[in-house]
Amino acid sequence: MKKRYTLLWLIPLILAISLIPIITHSVIYRETVFLILMYITLAVSLNIILGYTGYVSFGHVVFFGIGGYTSFYLMHKFGIHLIFAMIMGGVVSAIIALIVGEAVLKLRGAFFAIATIGINEAIKSLVTNLSWLGGATGMFFNFKIYKTYGGAAKAIWFAYCLMVIVTIVSLVTSYFIKNSKFGYGLFAIREDEDAAIVLGVNAKRFKSIAYAISAFFPGLVGAIFFFKAGNIEPEDAFHLVKSIEMIFMVMLGGFGTISGPPIGAILYERLKGILLVNPLFKNLHMAITGLILLIIILFAPGGIVGTLRNRFKKIRSLLE
Amino acid sequence: MILELQSVTKKFGGLVAVDNVSFKVKKQEIFGIIGPNGAGKTTLFNVISGVYYPDGGKIFFNNKEITNTECYRRTRLGIASTHQIVKPLNELTVLENIMVGACFGKKSATLKQSVSIAEEIVDVVGLTEKKEVLAGKLNVPEKKRLELARALASEPDIILLDEVLAGLNPAEADEMLKVIQKIRESGITILMIEHLMHAIMKLSDRIIVLDYGAKIAEGTPEEIANDPKVIEAYLGDPDLALKLIKSKENSL
Repeated sequence: MKKRYTLLWLIPLILAISLIPIITHSVIYRETVFLILMYITLAVSLNIILGYTGYVSFGHVVFFGIGGYTSFYLMHKFGIHLIFAMIMGGVVSAIIALIVGEAVLKLRGAFFAIATIGINEAIKSLVTNLSWLGGATGMFFNFKIYKTYGGAAKAIWFAYCLMVIVTIVSLVTSYFIKNSKFGYGLFAIREDEDAAIVLGVNAKRFKSIAYAISAFFPGLVGAIFFFKAGNIEPEDAFHLVKSIEMIFMVMLGGFGTISGPPIGAILYERLKGILLVNPLFKNLHMAITGLILLIIILFAPGGIVGTLRNRFKKIRSLLE
Repeated sequence: MILELQSVTKKFGGLVAVDNVSFKVKKQEIFGIIGPNGAGKTTLFNVISGVYYPDGGKIFFNNKEITNTECYRRTRLGIASTHQIVKPLNELTVLENIMVGACFGKKSATLKQSVSIAEEIVDVVGLTEKKEVLAGKLNVPEKKRLELARALASEPDIILLDEVLAGLNPAEADEMLKVIQKIRESGITILMIEHLMHAIMKLSDRIIVLDYGAKIAEGTPEEIANDPKVIEAYLGDPDLALKLIKSKENSL
């Protein structure tokens, strides 16, 4: 068996980044790192269906929204603790992915991508029209909710720590899928689904499970994000631009790899930070993102990690 | 009887691609299927491997009916197949391609076992030097061998070979023939489609001939070569048939 070291540097790196705001007690750093961790988890989970299985889920933000709404409603109405509400958010996202996947995973290529956009828009308008979910204006927390966690300030630090844990779990999951029989089945589906079936891969079930796992983590992230924000509304929860950002991060870092999506996520967060504060570029940041995406697809389809792996064979066991 | 087809029919719209075909394959036999282009040979293979379900008739494998069994389940039961138009998993290495075959085939190996199975099989098909190369980078004869290797890795009872010799030069074809014989010696039943007459006549124990989807003859290579219907439908020239039989006798 090949030796694989990727997680040995990736997890310490992410833990080190996560420790910066805790040590410095800086709220600004905390917000930045929170966003980085959120992007990492979103990119890593999208990579499971996009990078490993080869299905471009264009509307993947829908699971972020579903997880957010599920947990927000549970906390808001029933005062359920964030941890349980978050897990429910993930589970509901995964279940909806299983149900929806039953229909859309039969589609291949562009048709699947378009269908997932449709699902996002459909669920967005559904939520907008449900008055018990707050309709178009969404829901707001009563400040009393934060009391359980020792006040609003402590609640946000709690949410931050939870985000660190979710990120690490998503990375470990991604690693174990990639190095498992299940993972090899997914790669076979990505490369040639018909050949995979003839080779004995139960493609239908494998795709469903991969889709459910890749929906579970955005559900968790959505729960933490909207808990921290204190309000939720359809425009934020089902914002298609977030989907595009997720695809961008996966492609930038290197799809189908373990370390690619986190690297892409960190770089994207930094890039966005630089562009948004620059008066010249602040309105152009999606345009620049699109341009970079185009360049990656044309000249380095393997992304950063894929390109480095091709160029330098010796570091392959370190960079997976 | 390892495989039995009872009046299997497959239609595509108005076209009857496989028309009421029945035959039985014995264990450890090399069973050839020949016929002109478009006779329905590959469709017949796809019906056996489960890519298509038949519109009529029944299929039995090891005396169990598999007519409506899904494709991937048939592979797990022990039916492996190769594609006429090669379908390598391009971004995986040769070794990983074979590992996929081992993991999800009849053997259902663990990932660890699949590595050692794959290491063994790259030797059998002669791809040892290319085992770390991405499958997409192989040339066509190598991709054909990879198809065979993946099918073998599943440790099947029966293997369906769809024109594994096509497109190979004489030296490569000879090597492939040796591999096929090795496979038979290891106890695997072989069902093969082949256009290379010399090869299929030499290898097969029994042959069936398809024409317009229907079976027009069944028998030993000699019987097939002497069958006037076959000669008319396929070989065209009776003298060629006689020559082929002679070359078989000489080579044996």
